[in-house]
Amino acid sequence: MALTKEKLISRLQTQVGLTKQESRAVVERVLSLIKETLASGEDLLVSGFGKFSVRQKNARRGRNPQTKENLILRARKVVVFKTSGVLRNRINGVRP
Amino acid sequence: MNKSQLIEALAKAENLTLKKAELVVNAIFENMAEALVRNERIEIRGFGSFKVKYYNGYKGRNPKTGDVIEVGGKKLPFFKVGKELSELVDRS
Repeated sequence: MALTKEKLISRLQTQVGLTKQESRAVVERVLSLIKETLASGEDLLVSGFGKFSVRQKNARRGRNPQTKENLILRARKVVVFKTSGVLRNRINGVRP
Repeated sequence: MNKSQLIEALAKAENLTLKKAELVVNAIFENMAEALVRNERIEIRGFGSFKVKYYNGYKGRNPKTGDVIEVGGKKLPFFKVGKELSELVDRS
């Protein structure tokens, strides 16, 4: 029952009044604009929803818990999401 | 980038009026927010997935006064980045 891209496209189609092709094009475009922004290292702040940001992780020693092998995790960049207070309250049923 | 810049970028890229682009961007995030409010997962290939996690309450302390306080349980969305986005961000 998860919200997938296909479901998002068909909901948008009726909600905004677009053809299927138009709806698909705008959804794909929004997703690629977000991806490009994050790939360039820039954060994306969506008020009322949350903030996607890119965080630099230093290299560290890790361990594969299954094989117990020691390994080195190289320095890398990851995307983190922080929920906005407004959305957090909605999810927890807190009235504004 | 914030939401209004995203709206402008969408309008430009897809040749839409700002009004229409705003409707689209708001509708996308509102559909996602409503799914989470309903405790539903979101799964968007190449981008990532969200699911609502429940965190148990615990007894905490006010660091200033030392008073014990009861922190209630809460639900929070957890975002797991998708493979494509994760590689895109790491490579750059």
